[in-house]
Amino acid sequence: MNIPADLRYQTSHEWVRLEGDVITVGITDHAQEELTDVVFVELPAVGRTVDPGDPTAVVESVKAASDIYAPVGGEVIEANPEVEADPSLVNTDPYGKGWIFKLKVKNAADVEGLMDAAAYQAHIS
Amino acid sequence: MSELKSSPLESAHQSLGARLVPFAGWNMPVQYSSILDEHRAVRTDAGVFDISHMGQFLVDGSGAAAWLNRMFTNNVTKLDPGQGQYSLMLNENGGVIDDLIVYRTGPESFFIVVNASKIDEDLAWMEKHIPGDVQLRNESDRWAGMAVQGPHAATVFAKALHGETLPLRNGIMTTPAGAIVCRTGYTGEDGFEFFCPADDGVTWWNTFVNAGAAPCGLGARDTLRLEMCYPLNGNDLSPERTPIEAGLGFFCDLGKDEFIGREVLAKQKAEGPDLRLAAIRYTDKGAPPRAHYPVLDADGNETGELCSGALSPSLMTGIAMAYLPAALAKPGTKLQIDVRGRRFPAEVVKKPFYKRS
Repeated sequence: MNIPADLRYQTSHEWVRLEGDVITVGITDHAQEELTDVVFVELPAVGRTVDPGDPTAVVESVKAASDIYAPVGGEVIEANPEVEADPSLVNTDPYGKGWIFKLKVKNAADVEGLMDAAAYQAHIS
Repeated sequence: MSELKSSPLESAHQSLGARLVPFAGWNMPVQYSSILDEHRAVRTDAGVFDISHMGQFLVDGSGAAAWLNRMFTNNVTKLDPGQGQYSLMLNENGGVIDDLIVYRTGPESFFIVVNASKIDEDLAWMEKHIPGDVQLRNESDRWAGMAVQGPHAATVFAKALHGETLPLRNGIMTTPAGAIVCRTGYTGEDGFEFFCPADDGVTWWNTFVNAGAAPCGLGARDTLRLEMCYPLNGNDLSPERTPIEAGLGFFCDLGKDEFIGREVLAKQKAEGPDLRLAAIRYTDKGAPPRAHYPVLDADGNETGELCSGALSPSLMTGIAMAYLPAALAKPGTKLQIDVRGRRFPAEVVKKPFYKRS
């Protein structure tokens, strides 16, 4: 199971990469393995403001639709058109080309409150 | 909630790493590796499904054929021993209690395979109507069941059952070892359904897998059947809907003697039903349609809800079924499917969605 040490995580299986005051959000390797066969990704509108815990995107497998939650508050500044065109990128490259959206966060310190890799590892084992 | 039943094949599923989920009161494999891969294995090669949850009834006696003809919509007197047919059991209003396959195993004996979720309801209804010259036995717990499906299913059969001959389409036979082989399925591909004593189930499962059938779960079973527009009871069939509305009139013999629900069916057939089960296909990319999503007409008026829906792994587009007013259920009618407030364009198409090339 790939859990990069430099990322933060949510219990709902999103990963978060902080760069300046922007975070990139995707779903973890564990989550994509549980979902299998991602066939559709619904992206948020750029410019939308979200609060922590808001359903912000939807990842769908053949069997089910799963909400992707905003880890912290902020504004959507980018959504990945590549996963909309080829949803299987979420399966094949969950931490790379399979990223889903970017937020300009209100307060970068909020990201510190998320789980680190060790805590996420404990959460899923 | 009552405890989940375990399939006699559960240990085989666990050693294959299957994901087990509750279905119709049973803990059943939804997938092993990938629903898309399993679906494609059945369309191009061969797959094997655990169908041990399904129910098996034995009916025999001098009045068996006449009684089943009163209970079911299709005409069992057209069956010679060794033949089977798809049929429906209705309530007094013509609504569907269950859809099933009835096989004639002898002049006065029948083998019936019913839906797992309806075993108790079916039995109660049948026992309520059974005459003295017929015996009905529920053998559902005795049998393990497997469906081997796909263009190479006959090859799997030949490897697994040396020297035996597959029955003809819709046929049934018993092997010397006491297993039952039916040339039927729920995928639109060639194949057979195989029932053996529960204790022999794991051995037979492994035999079919080793003979080349890919283990397939209920996820692929659902997408395969939906591509063929085969109804799933509980989704597409219900006590409030008739087989005429569901487009299953072919399996209702209105010319035979009286059967339960006949008058309602005859009236609907003569007048045309108000509602029809329509096949709906996305005309563009979109979020996979799923049961209960609202269906809107071209002007945006809500006209019903989906009873089944999926991304079709063969067509890689959204497919669904819904009961629509008859005027809207015609192929070519433009519709929209509402997914979480977003509307995706779709149209009514001819059944089935998928045709073997």
